[in-house]
Amino acid sequence: MSESTRPLAGSYRSPMAPPRSFLWSRRIFLTLLTGFVLVPVYVMVSSSLKPLADVSGTFRWLPSGLTIRPYIDIWSTVPLARYFVNSLVVAGAATVCSVVIAVFSAYAVSRYDFRGKRVFTVTVLSTQMFPGILFLLPLFLIYVNIGNATGIALFGSRGGLILTYLTFSLPFSIWMLIGYFDSVPRDLDEAALVDGCGPLGALFRVVVPAAVPGIVAVAVYAFMTAWGEVLFASVMTNDTTRTLAVGLQGYSTLNDVYWNQIMAASLVVSVPVVAGFLLLQRYLVAGLTAGAVK
Amino acid sequence: MTTTVPTEAAVRPSSPGTASGPRRRPGRIRRIGLPYLLLLPALLLELLVHLVPMVIGMVMSFKELTQFYIRDWTTAPWNGVDNYKISVDFDAPVGEALLHSFLVTVAFTLLSVALCWCIGTAAALYMQDAFRGRGLLRALFLVPYALPVYTAVITWVFMFQHDNGLVNHVLHDQLGITDKPTFWLIGDNSFFALLTVSVWKGWPFAFLIVMAGLQNIPKELYEAASLDGAGMWQQIRRITLPSLRPVNQVLVLVLFLWTFNDFNTPYVLFGKTAPEAADLISVHIYQASFVTWNFGTGSAMSVLLLLFLLVVTGVYLVITSRGRRTADV
Amino acid sequence: MRTTRAAAVAAVTMSLALAATACGGGSSTDGGGSNDSPKTLTYWASNQGASIEVDKKVLQPELDKFEKETGIEVKLEVVPWSDLLNRILTATTSGQGPDVLNIGNTWSASLQATGALLPWDKAQFDKIGGKDRFVDSALGSTGAEGKDPAAVPLYSMAYALYYNKKAFADAGIAEPPATWDELVADGKKLTGGGKWALGVEGSNPSENIHHAVVFAKQHGADFFTADGKADFTSDKAVAGVKQFVDLMAKDKVVAPGNAEYAQNQSVSDFAKGKTAMLLWQSASANLKSQGMSEDDYGIAPVPVQSGAPGTGTGVNSMVMGINMAVFKNTDNIDGATKFVKFMTSDAEQKILNQAYSSIPPVKGAQADAAFNTPANAVLKDTLAKSAVAAPQVADESQFETAVGTAIKGLFADAAAGRKVTEDSVKAALEKAQQQMPAK
Repeated sequence: MSESTRPLAGSYRSPMAPPRSFLWSRRIFLTLLTGFVLVPVYVMVSSSLKPLADVSGTFRWLPSGLTIRPYIDIWSTVPLARYFVNSLVVAGAATVCSVVIAVFSAYAVSRYDFRGKRVFTVTVLSTQMFPGILFLLPLFLIYVNIGNATGIALFGSRGGLILTYLTFSLPFSIWMLIGYFDSVPRDLDEAALVDGCGPLGALFRVVVPAAVPGIVAVAVYAFMTAWGEVLFASVMTNDTTRTLAVGLQGYSTLNDVYWNQIMAASLVVSVPVVAGFLLLQRYLVAGLTAGAVK
Repeated sequence: MTTTVPTEAAVRPSSPGTASGPRRRPGRIRRIGLPYLLLLPALLLELLVHLVPMVIGMVMSFKELTQFYIRDWTTAPWNGVDNYKISVDFDAPVGEALLHSFLVTVAFTLLSVALCWCIGTAAALYMQDAFRGRGLLRALFLVPYALPVYTAVITWVFMFQHDNGLVNHVLHDQLGITDKPTFWLIGDNSFFALLTVSVWKGWPFAFLIVMAGLQNIPKELYEAASLDGAGMWQQIRRITLPSLRPVNQVLVLVLFLWTFNDFNTPYVLFGKTAPEAADLISVHIYQASFVTWNFGTGSAMSVLLLLFLLVVTGVYLVITSRGRRTADV
Repeated sequence: MRTTRAAAVAAVTMSLALAATACGGGSSTDGGGSNDSPKTLTYWASNQGASIEVDKKVLQPELDKFEKETGIEVKLEVVPWSDLLNRILTATTSGQGPDVLNIGNTWSASLQATGALLPWDKAQFDKIGGKDRFVDSALGSTGAEGKDPAAVPLYSMAYALYYNKKAFADAGIAEPPATWDELVADGKKLTGGGKWALGVEGSNPSENIHHAVVFAKQHGADFFTADGKADFTSDKAVAGVKQFVDLMAKDKVVAPGNAEYAQNQSVSDFAKGKTAMLLWQSASANLKSQGMSEDDYGIAPVPVQSGAPGTGTGVNSMVMGINMAVFKNTDNIDGATKFVKFMTSDAEQKILNQAYSSIPPVKGAQADAAFNTPANAVLKDTLAKSAVAAPQVADESQFETAVGTAIKGLFADAAAGRKVTEDSVKAALEKAQQQMPAK
C-alpha cells in the first residue's frame, strides 16, 4: 500500500553513480525529445498571438508583432462559449457517472466470487476492440427509437452524448480499478464489516478512500475521453448541443483559414484539460502503478 | 500481476483466485445478489452502447443497405454474404482498396506502437533517477497526451502546411535539405505526417505506464545486482526490462488496439477522404459507409476488422502469457 | 438469490427488447406528412454566408417575419457543409430530422432515391404558385428526369472568371481571356515573382467535380450515359480532366501549393492579390468580407475551348445552387409548404439572394434591378445560356466522391512533380469508376 501511493518516488536503483555513457546519452536523448514535444506547443502558443498576416505567409518563428486580437475574436467567430459549456457539462457528467459505475463494478469483481465474473471482465475489455464506426449508426438508431418509444430525448441531446462517452471510458476504468482495489488489503474492509458497516459502507468508508489515486486516474482518463471525441459528436449533436471537438471545425469553414484564431481557440480549449492533467499527474502515476500495471 | 511487492503479499489474506469476499454478512440472497446488483449499471450501459449496437451492426452487414433502403433499414433486402464477398475479393477494386488500406494500417500501427514504446520506455528509464529539472520535464512530456486530440492534430496540420507551415520552413528555407517545399498532407508523404502525429500524441502514454511500472520493481533486485558488480546498462538489461514484461504485455496490446482503431487523428488530419498512402482502415470504412452511402458493405468491413483484432489479441495473449510463464519459472 | 438474478435477467432482456423494437426503423409517421404540430417548424439551412453566425443574422429576421405572418415559429439551425450530408443521412435513416432543409442541388437525385423527401408534384407546386415561376435551368437540378422534383430551387449560382484588374493592367492584358488557350497565354504573363495566374482548390472533391464536369462537357463527354451508367473513362472525359489538371501540371499557371487547398484558400489568395484569376461561384460577398473592393476585380464568363459560351461543348459552368426540400414525414406539412412558399416569394428571394450574392431562380425576382449589375449579368447569362446541370442520377454523391478524390490525387501528383499523362488520368478515372456501386 505504502508503495503504491508513493508519488513518483526517487531512485530505487543502484547507489553507484551512473556511468558517463548513460549521462551523455541521456542528455542527448532528452534534449531531442524536449524539442520534439515542445515545437508544436510553441507553435500553438506563438501563433495564437500573431496577427493574421504572420500566419498566412511563410512561417515565422518570431511574430512580427504581438496581438491578443485572436483571443477576442474567437468568441464571436463561432459560439465558442456555448460549445465550451456543452463540453464541460458532457465531459463532467460522463466522468462522474463513469467513475461511480466503475467503482461499483470493480468492487464487485475485486471482492466477490460469482458466476459470470470472467465473462463480464472479458466482455467489457473486448469492447476496446470495437471499431467505433461499426456501431455509430446502430447506436444512433437506438437512441432515436428510445426517444420515440419513451419520450426521453437521447439523440441530439447532451444526455445521449453523456451516456455514450461514459460507456466508452468504462472498460478501461473498470479494469484499472480492479487492479487498484486488489491492492487494497482485504483486512481493512473485513474489519469494517465486523464493525457493522454494510458492504457498501465498507466500499465507501474504506476501499474508496484508500483508492483515491486510482480513482483520480480513472476520472482524468474518462474526462479526456469525453473531451476529445470527434466522430460521435459530429453525428449526435446539433447546433445547441455541439461540443468543442466539432465546434472548433467552425474556424476552418470560414472564407479564410484564420490560423491564429484556430490556435488561440485550441489553446483556450486545451488549457483546462492540460492544467488539470498536470495538477493530477502525481495521482495518475500512483494510480497506474497500483492499478493498471499490476 | 507477477511482481507483487513482498509487503503487500504478506498482508493479503487470500489469493485473488479464491477470493470469497466479505463473509460475515448473513443472508445468502443479499450476499450473492449484491455483486450482480453492483455490476448492473455497467452491464446495462455496455449492452446499450456497445453490445446491442454491435449486434445490429452485424445484422446490417448482411443487408443491402444503400441509399435506396436507408430510410428503414429493417426492410432493406438481405443479400447474404455478398457484402463480405465484395470486401474480400482482392482482385476487384473494393476488395483491393480494402486490402491496401488494411496493409497501410498494419504498417502504420506497427511503426507507431514500436516508436511510442521505444521513446516512452527510454524516457522513463532515463528519468528514473532524480536530476535537476526532472519534474518540469516530466510535466512537459505529458502535455501531448493531455491535449485534446483535435487541438493537437490541428496544430500539426498547421505545421505541415505546404506554403506557410513550420516543417517546410525549417527543412526547406532554413536547412535547405529539400530542394523544394514538400507536400505533407497529400501524396505519399502523408504516411509520415500521420506517423509523426500519432507518435507525438501516443508516446507519453507509454512513458506514463512504464514510469508506473518501474516503481513496482523491488529495489532489492537492483541492490543484489549491484553487489554482483552489474553496471547500470547491465541492470537495465537484466533487471529492469525483464521486470517490465507484464506491464509491456498490456501496454503494447492497448497501444495496438487504440492505434489500429484510431479515427480522430486521420480524420482531423486529412478530412473525410484520406490520401492513399495514409488511408487508415477506420477512415476507409467511414468513407465506405458515410461518404458512398453503402452501410452494408461498411458494416461487413467493420466486422472483418473486429474478427482480425480478436484473432490478433487472442494469439498475442496466448504467446505472451506462455512466454511469461516460462520466464517466471 | 433467484429474485435478484431474475430481476437482472429481466432488466437485460428488457433493454434488449427495447433496443430491438427500437430498431424497427423510421418513425410512426412513415407514410407521409401530417399536421400534428402546426405551430412549429425545424429548418436546416446550409452555410451560405461568410460564417454560420452571418447566416443566422441574415435568416433570423426573415423567419421572424414569417412567424408574424403565419404564427408558425421556425427553429433555425445552420449546418456547416462538412456535416450537412451526414446529418441528412442520419435524419433519413432515423426519421428524426428537420421539417424543411436546404440541400446542395447536385445531391437532389441522390437524396430523391432515398424516398425521404416530399415529391413536388403539380398539386404541391401549385400551392407555392406553380412550377413556371421558376427558371428552367434551376428546375433541371431538382431530381432525376421523369420524376417529380424532390426539391424546389432556392438560390442559383454559376461559375465565373474573377480577375484582378490591376494585375491584368500591369501585365498589359486588355481583356479577360475567353478561351483556355488565351487563359494559359495570359497566365504565363501573370505568373512570376511569387505570384500566380490562377487558383484552384485541389483537395476539395466537390470543387474538382464542378470543373471536371464542365471540362469534360467542353470536350463532348458526359460522365454518365443516358441510362445513368457511369462512363468515366471515355477519351473525351480523360482529355477534359487532363486539361484541368494540366493548368497546374503542364501549363504551370497554378501554384503547386494549391493541390492541398480545400478550405477556400484560393479565394483568400485572390483577395490578397497572390493570384490574378479565380474560377468561383458567387464570390462577391466572400471577397468583400476579405477586404477586396468590387472595383478591384472584374467578372467574365469562364473560358471555353473556342468561340463563345453556349450549349453543347460551349458550356462553361455547372448549374450551381441550393434547393429547398421538405421531409416526407414532417408533422407540419402545411406549415412546411407555406414556409417554402414564403422563402421562394419574389420579395424574400430579392432579400436573400442579394445577401448571399446569388441569383434568384424565381423569374419574378430575377428581373429586379439588383440582379442586373454587370457582375450579376454575367452569372445570369451563364445560367440562362451556357450552364449544364449536374448529372441527375442516384449515384451522384458517390460520383462526386470517387471522381473528385481521383482528381485530388492527380493534383497531388502534379504538385509533387510527377508526370500527369493520359494514361495516368485514365487509370485514376478507371479506379473511380470501379468504386461506383454495381447495378
